[in-house]
Amino acid sequence: MDGALDPRRTGLLWLACICLAAAIGLQYARDRYLSAPIGSDNLLYVESPSAMKRLALGYDALLADVYWIRAVQYFGGQRLAERARHKHDLVYPLLDITTTLDPYFNIAYRFGSIFVAEGYPRPPGRPDLAIKLLEKGFAANPTRWQYLYDIAFVHYWWLRDFPGAAAWFKRASEVPGSPEWMPGLAAATLVRGGDRRAARFLWEQILRSSEAGYMRENAKHRLVQLDVMDEIDRLNDALGQVSARIGHPVTSWEELGRRGVLRRVPPVDPAGLPYVLDPLTGRAHLDPKSSLAPLPDDMPNEPPPMKAAGSPR
Amino acid sequence: MSLRTVARVAAAVFRESVRDRVLYSIVAFAALVTGASLLISQLTAGQDVKIIKDLGLAAMSLFGAFIAIFIGIGLVAKEVEKKSVYSLLAKPVRRSELVIGKYAGLVLTLAINLAVMTLVWYGVLAYYAFTAEELVRKSWEAPALDPRMLQAVYLIFVQLMLVTAIAVFFSTFSTSSMLSALFTIGFFIAGQFSADLRNFESVVSSPVVALITRALYYVLPNMAAFDLKAAVVHGRPVAGLELAAATGYGLLYVAALLLASIVIFTRRDFK
Repeated sequence: MDGALDPRRTGLLWLACICLAAAIGLQYARDRYLSAPIGSDNLLYVESPSAMKRLALGYDALLADVYWIRAVQYFGGQRLAERARHKHDLVYPLLDITTTLDPYFNIAYRFGSIFVAEGYPRPPGRPDLAIKLLEKGFAANPTRWQYLYDIAFVHYWWLRDFPGAAAWFKRASEVPGSPEWMPGLAAATLVRGGDRRAARFLWEQILRSSEAGYMRENAKHRLVQLDVMDEIDRLNDALGQVSARIGHPVTSWEELGRRGVLRRVPPVDPAGLPYVLDPLTGRAHLDPKSSLAPLPDDMPNEPPPMKAAGSPR
Repeated sequence: MSLRTVARVAAAVFRESVRDRVLYSIVAFAALVTGASLLISQLTAGQDVKIIKDLGLAAMSLFGAFIAIFIGIGLVAKEVEKKSVYSLLAKPVRRSELVIGKYAGLVLTLAINLAVMTLVWYGVLAYYAFTAEELVRKSWEAPALDPRMLQAVYLIFVQLMLVTAIAVFFSTFSTSSMLSALFTIGFFIAGQFSADLRNFESVVSSPVVALITRALYYVLPNMAAFDLKAAVVHGRPVAGLELAAATGYGLLYVAALLLASIVIFTRRDFK
């Protein structure tokens, strides 16, 4: 090639750059203004994990990584999508393929069970499939007590099956190398059921023992949610007392402020949004727009009555 | 630039493609679609028309991509490798005319190829449409001879124009056909995963990585933008604006690549 560009070639090069910039601009506009990118439907062409294992031609682990990335992206993408368009139906098949390609893919079982169980914005997720995934993990890795612990957790948090959770905690405690506090956890779960103190203990254990950042962040989020539930209870106690004194429901936070019950009005949740006061009932609740919403249902401060047991197989 | 010279070069490329038996791919396509339709009707329960549609569109796209890549990289690189570029450049043909003409010739070949494949495909689907019972026809999500499928074929053609431009671009500066093929295939595959690059920033915490992936998303050709296959097979409506946007995007990208190819090729020293 010769040295410097002549003006004609420079002009052509500039024109090429302008065309590329225009193409990029058009792409940006398509993403922004057209409802959904063409052909953006998530598809799983091969749904059979065993077929995919054969197709992998020995590159099983690499393909497992690809599927794991797809699962994470799919889950993340669905969470970011508008609520009306949330679909999690491919999470489990993607994780099933990932873990068939690489049966020792620890994180795929543990994170994956959270993805599958969680659903969004609140249940129904698929705790049954989360348990299935974790059982598959334990079958492939019988020394990993963590999978049994996670199954217990799914029973505890998502299914509210406390005797079932206790039974799985007990089974996890029988795996060599499981932590010393596990038998105590089984007993406490059986006694205290789904109260917040037991839930707090569980999340604190996950926060302390998890090696993965995502799980620790998730545990922190849940612990803050428990704090919020306690705070709402305190607010409702105060609202109840004041309304008993004045003879009608409290209709504004300012009323509580004027009576010196609250130092700061309106009270705000840890995400920075004010708690909502329902003027009809006079009860406080979390703003649905808060990043901490939705709060778990049915989690009293005191132990609830026991339900029927679901024991490990 | 003389359009007549460009047309002559294009016609020569088309004739050469015919001599190279490129159009034999149509026979292979016809055999695949009719053979598969016979087999699938025995194997599936009620999804045969959908599978024939999927198979036809996928085969058109894949056959076309193979032709665009493997003939496209040879358009310029082979002339250089075989030293025939010297005799070409000795003729009253500008290098820019050579690049545009070669590109236009292959696009013409691809257009004819795609048109005949579409006819064969519609022929097989017509057989299904006319032989199926009324009850079965009613169960189809979209008619077997749905004209909206032509929208997908059209965008496959725009995509093939882009793939050809990528192949021509790499062949203007790469010293080996193998490297040009690898680069083009790499771009083609990366372009298919472009949407994943866009979503990547939602799962990475590093703003630098997010920025890089976003930049790559915009700079790499987005092949997914031309993919209407799933939508048309299920009879879902496609907005005219989406078709226009995808076409505009493809043509602008092609223009950028061809201009860059001309600049590189005109500066190349063959001594």
